[in-house]
Amino acid sequence: MTRTAPPPAQKPPAVRAGKSGDAPAERSTRTVVSPLALAGRRGKAAYWSVFALVVLLFAFAFLFPVYWMVTGAMKPPEEVVRTPPTLVPEQWRTSGYTDAWDLMRLPTHLWNTVVQATGAWILQIVFCTAAAYALSKLRPAFGNIILGGILATLMVPVQALVVPKYLTIADMPLIHVNLLNDPLAIWLPAVANAFNLYLLKRFFDQIPRDVLEAAEIDGAGRLRTLWSIVLPLSRPVLGVVSIFALVAVWQDFLWPLMVFSDTEKQPISVALVQLSQNVPLTVLIGAMVIASIPMVLMFLVFQRHIIAGISAGSTKG
Amino acid sequence: MKTTSQPAAQAVPRSAGTPPPPGDARPAGRGPLGPLRRKIADQATAYGFLIGGLLCFILFSWYPAVRSVIIAFQKYTPGSDPEWVGTANFTRVFQDPEFAAAWRNTLTFTVLALVIGFAIPFLMALVLNELRHAKAFFRVVVYLPVMIPPVVSALLWKWFYDPGAGLANEVLGFLHLPTSNWTNGADTALVSLVIVATWANMGGTVLIYLAALQGIPGELYEAAELDGASVWQRVRHVTIPQTRFIILMLMLLQVIATMQVFTEPFVITGGGPENSTVTVLYLIYKYAFLYNDFGGASALSVMLLLVLSAFSALYLRLTRTD
Repeated sequence: MTRTAPPPAQKPPAVRAGKSGDAPAERSTRTVVSPLALAGRRGKAAYWSVFALVVLLFAFAFLFPVYWMVTGAMKPPEEVVRTPPTLVPEQWRTSGYTDAWDLMRLPTHLWNTVVQATGAWILQIVFCTAAAYALSKLRPAFGNIILGGILATLMVPVQALVVPKYLTIADMPLIHVNLLNDPLAIWLPAVANAFNLYLLKRFFDQIPRDVLEAAEIDGAGRLRTLWSIVLPLSRPVLGVVSIFALVAVWQDFLWPLMVFSDTEKQPISVALVQLSQNVPLTVLIGAMVIASIPMVLMFLVFQRHIIAGISAGSTKG
Repeated sequence: MKTTSQPAAQAVPRSAGTPPPPGDARPAGRGPLGPLRRKIADQATAYGFLIGGLLCFILFSWYPAVRSVIIAFQKYTPGSDPEWVGTANFTRVFQDPEFAAAWRNTLTFTVLALVIGFAIPFLMALVLNELRHAKAFFRVVVYLPVMIPPVVSALLWKWFYDPGAGLANEVLGFLHLPTSNWTNGADTALVSLVIVATWANMGGTVLIYLAALQGIPGELYEAAELDGASVWQRVRHVTIPQTRFIILMLMLLQVIATMQVFTEPFVITGGGPENSTVTVLYLIYKYAFLYNDFGGASALSVMLLLVLSAFSALYLRLTRTD
C-alpha cells in the first residue's frame, strides 16, 4: 500500500492544483439565498444555526459510524454487546486489532490485495495508455471500428458479464489455461476498462499533432515520443486513471469472490466476509477498520485531486 | 490553436501517404522504404501498441458478451461438452419462484434508491452550497463513506441493525421512536439495505450536484429575487431547471448501478428473510455457484443485460447530444 501511494503523488499537482484551486476558492458567487439577507443580525443568526445543524448532522451521519467502528474494536468482548452501549470504551484495548491481525491472517490478505491492485494498476497504465496512444495518434487500420467496439462495452454493465467472464478465466480460449486463484484473473480483465481507455484517448487527442511530429523530425521513435512527450503532458489524466484503477480493485467484491476459492489467495474484502461468521465481534470490527485504512488514507492524501476530479466530471456532462 | 492547426492539417496527408520529406535526412540510414512498405511498418507499429489492450477487450469483454448469449441456450457444465437445449434454460428460470422475487426486489430496490438517493444528496448539496465556511471539511466528510470498502460498510451496518447489540435501535429508543426489525423483517429488510447503499454511495452524488450548483449564474437568482420570488420559488424555478440535465444523468447512472446490487444483500441478509432481498445478480451468483447451473445463470445474465443495456444506451445517447 505504501508502494502504490507515491507514484500518483507526483502526477496530478502541476496541472490539477490550478484547477482545484479555483473551483472551491471563494468565488463568492450568488447562490439561492442573497448575501444581503445574511448580512443582518437575524440573517447571521439563521446562517450560523443552519451551519451548526449541518455540522452536527454530518458528524453524526458520517463520522460517528467511523468512530463507533474504531472504538468498538477497542472494547472488551462483553462491553461491545452490552445494551445500552457505552459511548466511550470503559477499558481501551488493542487486542481487537492485534487478534484480527493474527487470527484472520490479515497480512496475507492485505498483501494479496496489494498485489492484485498494483498489478491491475500497472497493466492498465501500460496497456490502456499504449492502446489509447495508438488509437489517438497512430491511425491503425480499422481504428474507428475498434474504438467503437470498445466504447460499446461502456453500455454493457460489468456485473452482467461475470459468469461468462468467469468461464473464460477458468479455461482461457486457445491456450486452455486455468487462471482461477491467480492474480492474473484480476489483472487481465482490469485492462479491458473502456472508461479509463477513453479518458486517456480523449486527453491524447488534445495534444497537437505538430508537437509529436517535431519529436519525430528530431529522430524520436513512436515509443520514445510516447514516453518523453505524451506521458509527461498527461500527468493529470494518468493520476485520475491510477486512482480509479486502484480503488476499483481494492473495493471489488463479487469478482474476487468468484475467482479466488482458495482462502490463501483471497483479497481482504473476500476474506472479511468469509471469516465474519467465525470470529468474535471485536476481532471482526478490528479487521474492518484495518481493511479501511489504506483507502481512507489514500483519500485523505489525494482528497483535493479526487474531489476536483469528481466535480470536474460533472461539468463535462 | 487556430494558427497551429493550419500547418498540421497540411502535414497530415503527407505523412499518411508518402514518407515525410523533412524527416528523411535521418532515417536514410535504414535504406529507402517504398510507400507501401512504409505503410505496413506504420501499421505494425500501431498494432504493436494496440495489441495488449485489444486482446484484453476481446477476451474479457467482447467474447464473454457473445458467449453469455450462446450459453443461455446450452446445458453447460464446466469440463464436459455443452449441449444445445433451446429455451429450456429460460423456461426453467421463469418457473423458479425466486425469479419473480429477485426482479421484484431489484426493481423495488432501484426505485427506493432512486427516490432516497436523489432527494437526500440534492438537499444536502443545496444546503452545502449556501454555507460559506468549512467547505473542504464537508466535502471530505461526505465522501468518506465512499472510500470505505463496500464490504466493510455492509458489515458495519449489519452490526448496526443487529437486534441485540445494534446501534440503530438504540438510537431510535434514545429518540423515543418505535424500534424496527430492520434486516430481520421481511417487509423492512429491503429498505434497510437501501439505507446502507445510500449512505455508502451518496458522497459522489453530492459532490457532482455541488459542482453543478456552482455553475448556475448568480444573475438568475438576483433577477428572480427582484421579481419577488421566495427562496423555495428560486429553487423550484432557477436551481432545478438549471441542473435538470445532470439530475437526469445521475439518476440514470444510479439505476444502472443499483440494478446490479449484490454486496449488500449477500453480506447483510443472504437474500432473506423469505427471499425478500434476493436480487437478480444474487440469483445469477446462486445459479452459477450453488446450483452449478451455468446455462440458467447465463439466461438470467442475458435478461439483466438487455434491461441494463437499454438504460445505458439511453444514458450514452443523452450525454452525446450536449
